[in-house]
Amino acid sequence: MQNQVQTIESYDVIVIGAGHAGCEAGLATARLRLRTLLFTMSVDNIAFMPCNPHIGGSSKGHLVREIDALGGEMAKVIDKTFLQSRMLNKSKGPAVHSLRAQADKLAYSKEMERRLQAQEGLHIRQSEVAEILTDDSDEKRVVGVRTTTGACYDTKVVILCSGTYLKPRCLTGEAITYTGPNGLQGALSLSDALTALGVKLRRFKTGTPARMDGSSLDYSKMQVQPGDETVIPFSFETDPASVQKEQVPCYLTYTNEETHAIIRANIDRSPIYAGIIEGIGPRYCPSIEDKVMKFPDKERHQVFIEPEGLYTNEMYVDGMSSSMPEDVQVAMYRTVPGLEHCRIVKNAYAIEYDCLSPGQLKPTLELKAVKGLFCAGQFNGSSGYEEAAAQGLFAGINAAMQIFGKEPLTIDRSEGYIGVLIDDLVTKENLEPYRMMTSRAEYRLLLRQDNADLRLREKGYKAGLISEEQYARLCRKREQITQETERLKSLTVGASGKTGDILRGLGSQPLKTGMTLAELLARPELTYELLAPLDPERKELPADVIEQVEINLRYEGYIARQERQVAHFQKMEHKKIPADIDYDAVKSLRIEARQKLKAFLPESIGQASRLAGVTPADVNVLIVYLESRR
Amino acid sequence: MIKNDTLTIAAVASAMSDAGIGIIRISGERAITVADRYYRNKKGIRDLKSHGANTIRFGRFCDEEGKVLDEILISVMKAPYTYTGEDVVEVNCHGGTLVLQEVLQVLVQDPDCRLAQPGEFTKRAFLNGRIDLSQATAVMDLISAKNRFALENANRQLSGELKEKVLAMRQKILHETAFIEAALDDPDNYDLEGYGARLQKTLSMLISEVDDLLRHAKEGQIRKEGISTAIIGRPNAGKSSLFNRLLQTERAIVTDIAGTTRDTIEETVRLGDILLKLIDTAGIRSTQDEIEQLGVARSKAVAEEADLILYVADRTQEFDETDIQTITDAMKNKKLILLLNKSDLSGENRLDAEALRAQFPQLIVVETTMTGENAQDGLEDLKQAIAELFFSGALTPPEELFLTNTRQREAFSSANAALKQVAESIENGMSEDFFTVDLMGAYAALGEIIGEEVEDDLVDKIFSDFCMGK
Repeated sequence: MQNQVQTIESYDVIVIGAGHAGCEAGLATARLRLRTLLFTMSVDNIAFMPCNPHIGGSSKGHLVREIDALGGEMAKVIDKTFLQSRMLNKSKGPAVHSLRAQADKLAYSKEMERRLQAQEGLHIRQSEVAEILTDDSDEKRVVGVRTTTGACYDTKVVILCSGTYLKPRCLTGEAITYTGPNGLQGALSLSDALTALGVKLRRFKTGTPARMDGSSLDYSKMQVQPGDETVIPFSFETDPASVQKEQVPCYLTYTNEETHAIIRANIDRSPIYAGIIEGIGPRYCPSIEDKVMKFPDKERHQVFIEPEGLYTNEMYVDGMSSSMPEDVQVAMYRTVPGLEHCRIVKNAYAIEYDCLSPGQLKPTLELKAVKGLFCAGQFNGSSGYEEAAAQGLFAGINAAMQIFGKEPLTIDRSEGYIGVLIDDLVTKENLEPYRMMTSRAEYRLLLRQDNADLRLREKGYKAGLISEEQYARLCRKREQITQETERLKSLTVGASGKTGDILRGLGSQPLKTGMTLAELLARPELTYELLAPLDPERKELPADVIEQVEINLRYEGYIARQERQVAHFQKMEHKKIPADIDYDAVKSLRIEARQKLKAFLPESIGQASRLAGVTPADVNVLIVYLESRR
Repeated sequence: MIKNDTLTIAAVASAMSDAGIGIIRISGERAITVADRYYRNKKGIRDLKSHGANTIRFGRFCDEEGKVLDEILISVMKAPYTYTGEDVVEVNCHGGTLVLQEVLQVLVQDPDCRLAQPGEFTKRAFLNGRIDLSQATAVMDLISAKNRFALENANRQLSGELKEKVLAMRQKILHETAFIEAALDDPDNYDLEGYGARLQKTLSMLISEVDDLLRHAKEGQIRKEGISTAIIGRPNAGKSSLFNRLLQTERAIVTDIAGTTRDTIEETVRLGDILLKLIDTAGIRSTQDEIEQLGVARSKAVAEEADLILYVADRTQEFDETDIQTITDAMKNKKLILLLNKSDLSGENRLDAEALRAQFPQLIVVETTMTGENAQDGLEDLKQAIAELFFSGALTPPEELFLTNTRQREAFSSANAALKQVAESIENGMSEDFFTVDLMGAYAALGEIIGEEVEDDLVDKIFSDFCMGK
């Protein structure tokens, strides 16, 4: 350790970065009564949304709900600051229903800032961290950080949430600037310090579309996209009445052949296609250039025009992120109906940054190589505000558990999207920025946004972020769901003429023999509410209880089958691999599998089975090997 | 703890019977060292370590005191090109359970060697990368093969024909799942409009493919394990003669297999490629004298267990109520062949095949004469009749793949159930995201068959089914 400078102050926890991950991490540790210092490059840009102006969406909405269930902040802040809200995929099954809200970016940022400032034990500091200090022991234990101004702060743990700010590079065509998002200052020293600690970094890329002057757009040529009539809040704590307000519309328009022709004609000027960008971009959030080149047969692509906030007339052009030169951008945007006379306020650009190579994290998000150094958010190779916030909260809780000497928080793939997210980041070799998707969750029928509290609130309570009162409410809800489900299963309706009339009136077949209300509820045309005339004994129940009862009964068979799949999965998770296993002694493991297993040192058979390069046949070999060692 | 899992192991690898020769297999790092302690060449010298790989030589096996237990042939195979992937020594003894036991006893008392657990040789072969999981399963079938059919079928599975089939099905399922997932995550580029109807087509193809395999499975199982057969009829109808005929047929293999119930004895009889498991025949024979008292109840009890009933009737005697009752009952849920026998050649025919066929529709009647110089044993007709009943007329098994293994059958059944569930979901108008639950269920079930799915109680499921020396 060089340059031992005087220690300014001591903290329990230091969080580097006040983006969506850093805010959740800092709030969590401070709420668990740990003295926490939150570093940011710019206090005016706390919880800044440098890309799209919305929170949630397919599968990301699930993450926000889970964050709330565990005691995080994102859901509450968006409930306060949203401009419009919609439940997506309502025509599909409940597993893929997802909330999405347009955010007022400035209001969101200020609301989060206010909450951080109000949090006891949480201090905010605008400064750039240049180095993470460790002791001389073999396990390299974190002891503090040093800033670029030379100040040192002691700490027990560091949570690194540097986002896209490590050695950033922004590209608009041939024009390159060495800044973070939106021209903000980048962090230039920390990457090298991390490398010196033995942390392996790689380069990722992402991009954002242009922002338009709203007064230059012709909305009459676009389809209006209003919010839902009844808004459902993100947070389980928010009073639904408080979110019913006037909403701001979004607009839908489309690219066309002309747009695509301009892109194709200029593709050699795109930094990616010209080979200037070395970072790997997200396949699932592609630039308009990528879409045009990868789907040459598609005649048009959707473009959503979304407001950036109430304090600005800037409009976000969702679906047309780009790193094309400015002149190409102007030309291509102006081919889109409604954008013919658009004036760009901010150019679209691509951004490259340093982030973590996979496989260096434990399932707690602590680095394997540096004790006490936790990592969260885009630095871990994810993309998206929600993914970042979820990791920030998870890392914050686990950093605290380490300090307290308690068991870490674990969420497995059958318990939450957060579990899927973290397991994927930790075990899989993600070659591009990782975005949450419903298809990544194999047990998604159980991981619905509507039951996030039932799945995870107890874990939040155990961690100490959910109050006794909140927990008591959860227990009451559970009890009501069980009781009502049982009641409907035991209550038989006779095949009388009166029943038949009621059912016919509801467009449903009359009964031939008696049936329970639960069985009736499985008929697609019937709902809990519609069955009221057949159920005079019914007591008044909260809407969220009824929702769970309905889903449980209506999809009972599917849920039961998925639960069987989960049972098998969990059995594998509980098959632990002893730490002293000698993979070289297992001769029938293929060489690639052996190398991967030796490098990752998975904790369970389940985890081993998800490592890239380890086939099911390898895992079967491992199982047999472990059994015969017993 | 001694590293039990790497210790050299030994077991009797041939059947424990008084056969001509018996083999004891030794496998492990110290297999040669261990065997060398008890082997003497014809000059009485310990020289096993100088034997080359893949050699077989004559010598003697001695106990620890040097007393000769048997004259043997000893073969040495060296790692990694052996069944287990370890050094293997095989001792060919003279048969006789006593000799085999004595030799094995000497070996397992050696501190460097222990008795192998059931299936342990194959488990080691698997762990050492000599065979994969589906091959291990096939090895199990191969070992327990009782006839040519079972043998060929196991070989066919061993060569990977089943694997190919399953891989192709899994590929199709995965493709559909991937499409649904893509459409859910990227509705802009993947359209689910009219998808249900398209998926139905793929499903019905897959379902009928699995149905075929499962249909064959029953046949495969019967071909492999034999048809459980009961011979019943009135006293002196000719049951014993039939039984004896069957036993003599084609130098039938007669083995005594202790069945699930300790005191039930099964006689396995081979009629060409058809195996018959004669149920409780001993019982029938021993109780022949009392059969009148036991009457219908006794016959029924025997018939209860059988897939096939051979009802023997003396055609010089007319049917009574009991005959008619027994045949009618049995035909309700069993396959029945009526054998019209003429025990007394001078007697008059009182039962006419045609008349009986008219009386009992679908009754199969075979006419035989069991005794006398002109004995028409009718066995060719019987064989053909059984083939009709069980194998759609094919006396020899077709060149097809059969599922003969219970584990595989169960996996195919659950795959089939899952696929049918998807079809039902489509019919009920469920949204596409529900389809994937059962599509993946089917995918996983199929994966279990070829070891492409991680299984929990693998060891119990596969290796423990083996007998000791395999």
